[in-house]
Amino acid sequence: MSEYDVNKTPKKQVLSMQLDLSKFEKATEEEKKQQDVMSESTTFLKDGLRRLRKNRLAMASLIVLAIILVIIIVAPMVVPYSYDEILKVNGVRDKGAKNLAPFTYSVLEQEYIDAGNFRFPHIFGTDEQCRDYFIRVVYGTRVSLVVGFFASIIVLIIGLIYGSISGYAGGRTDLIMMRIVDMIYSLPDMLVIILLSVVLGSVLKFKGGSFLASIGANMISMFIVFGVLYWVGMARLIRAQILSIKENEYVLAAKSIGAKPGRIIRKHILPNCLSVIIISTALQIPSAIFTESYLSFVGLGVSAPMPSLGSLANAAREGLQSYPYKLVFPAVAICLVVLSLNLIGDGLRDAFDPKLSR
Amino acid sequence: MARYILKRIGLAILTVFLICLLTFFLMNAIPGGPFNSEKALSKATIQALNERYNLDKPIIVQFGLYMKNLLKGDFGVSLKTGRDIKEIIGESFPISARLGLTAVIIALVAGTIFGSVAALMRNKLPDRIIIFISTLFTAVPSFVLATFLLLIFCIKLGWFPVWSATETNYVLPVISLAMYPMAYTTRLAKTSMLDALSQDYIRTARAKGVSRWIIIFKHALRNSLLPVITYAGPEIAYIITGSMVVETVFTVGGIGSKFVNAITNRDYTMIMATTIFLASLMVVANVICDLLYKAVDPRIKYE
Repeated sequence: MSEYDVNKTPKKQVLSMQLDLSKFEKATEEEKKQQDVMSESTTFLKDGLRRLRKNRLAMASLIVLAIILVIIIVAPMVVPYSYDEILKVNGVRDKGAKNLAPFTYSVLEQEYIDAGNFRFPHIFGTDEQCRDYFIRVVYGTRVSLVVGFFASIIVLIIGLIYGSISGYAGGRTDLIMMRIVDMIYSLPDMLVIILLSVVLGSVLKFKGGSFLASIGANMISMFIVFGVLYWVGMARLIRAQILSIKENEYVLAAKSIGAKPGRIIRKHILPNCLSVIIISTALQIPSAIFTESYLSFVGLGVSAPMPSLGSLANAAREGLQSYPYKLVFPAVAICLVVLSLNLIGDGLRDAFDPKLSR
Repeated sequence: MARYILKRIGLAILTVFLICLLTFFLMNAIPGGPFNSEKALSKATIQALNERYNLDKPIIVQFGLYMKNLLKGDFGVSLKTGRDIKEIIGESFPISARLGLTAVIIALVAGTIFGSVAALMRNKLPDRIIIFISTLFTAVPSFVLATFLLLIFCIKLGWFPVWSATETNYVLPVISLAMYPMAYTTRLAKTSMLDALSQDYIRTARAKGVSRWIIIFKHALRNSLLPVITYAGPEIAYIITGSMVVETVFTVGGIGSKFVNAITNRDYTMIMATTIFLASLMVVANVICDLLYKAVDPRIKYE
């Protein structure tokens, strides 16, 4: 019997699935190459970071923010003055070092330098209480950034827990929890913040020396205020996300093999709304810094010797005519920090959630 | 519709009541009574004063009395100056209202115009400039802007007089108040205009041969205004809080600077009264914006 040839063998049946090989041709080398995997498979995070890296504005802001961070971390180690230290020369209080312009020395300091000693320059000059202004602005930026960062974390944690419980539970629980959110949401936040700051500022008194006392009652009250009021927006956002995600099949699959609600929320739902969480937390930081500087400006911010950018700007209003640079430094610092954080937040939003971009 | 309006107003009244409750009990949580002054008073005097001002009654009764007086329009007396708070609000509020309303209108109108121009000239020079400036100004707090304007135009250049009882010039305070909401409105208006321009009905209109200007004004702009109107509520809230610092910087005798003064002086009755007054104002403004929004866009369902 000759070799089997498909084209010569007649079809057994009219409806047979037997293929007619003459109608096919072999793939060329070029065509085979198209099937090769050209690059590594990408994850959600990698893809987002790649898009973020392409955003020049966001990258520039990231660099600016990094420079600011390095300055506020390194400067207190390098500059020999502290934020509440009244300047002294050779252990003698330097009364002439009041309201010095940037990079100038008082009479006493000049004598000290002429005697061959080294005196660290006052980069931003000094303030009306003979304190080095540069280090005060550095500490002010530190305080503002810390408040902004921790306030956002507090908001994130409360909003995350509340929103995910409400969204996952659904039904009457959801209804009641969301009514409470609606109620808090309808309150004019800034006025309540001011009110709470006034009250907490006089109710909270910590014993000297403790950790809480060193931060100051006003700072604690600011965190409480952020925690009490600002989480509602985050809670709403996360609830909305969870409502749409929990309808997915993989949640049903997890449920059917007996996963507990806590596990489903943590392992299946939250990772899927990660982008929204990251973006809104990033945009929360500059708005918290804004609120903090506003409160400090009104006089409800961090307590006295500790500076914040808002309170420095407020203090600079005295003698504005003679020492305008005292306003310029903290003002530029606020604007730079908020602007770069805003742009980074926008960049994150464009990179991780193209649907959200406005 | 009528049901929705009633429900919305009911919610607003509940909110205002909640604010009064919150304010009253928070203020009462502050240690020390109103008569703990530097001069020591005899026990009998304090008791007499407490009786006179109903401070010996249970706190719930005090709250009831306070609410009763509020409904009659009686805000009580300032702790520090001894003046009738209603009178203080009566003379300072018109100044703030004028300042705030001008700022709101300028921010909304100019923001919409700039945003639309930016959207229509997308990726051209005017768009770039407008977006650059508005991004910049969303990072400038109003008190920083106000202090800089004061420094440059009042003190250094002398173009505008410093605010006093006889010299009232609203230009600089209005600019410092309106800048942030204007920048925000610009960005908002640009995206919603771009969104409107990419809709099918615009293409249809263009295909029909409708002129460019009619498309822009009649078809695109009217639809792009909706998000801008939604922002009006938060904007008014921003302007009210912003006016506190701006008025303080320019020493405008409005209700905002009175509020800040009350905070620095710890004038508790004054803080309480102004908080309730301003908060009610914000709630009312929000209700009006909500109703307006629903009236403008018939597609929105009444819940």
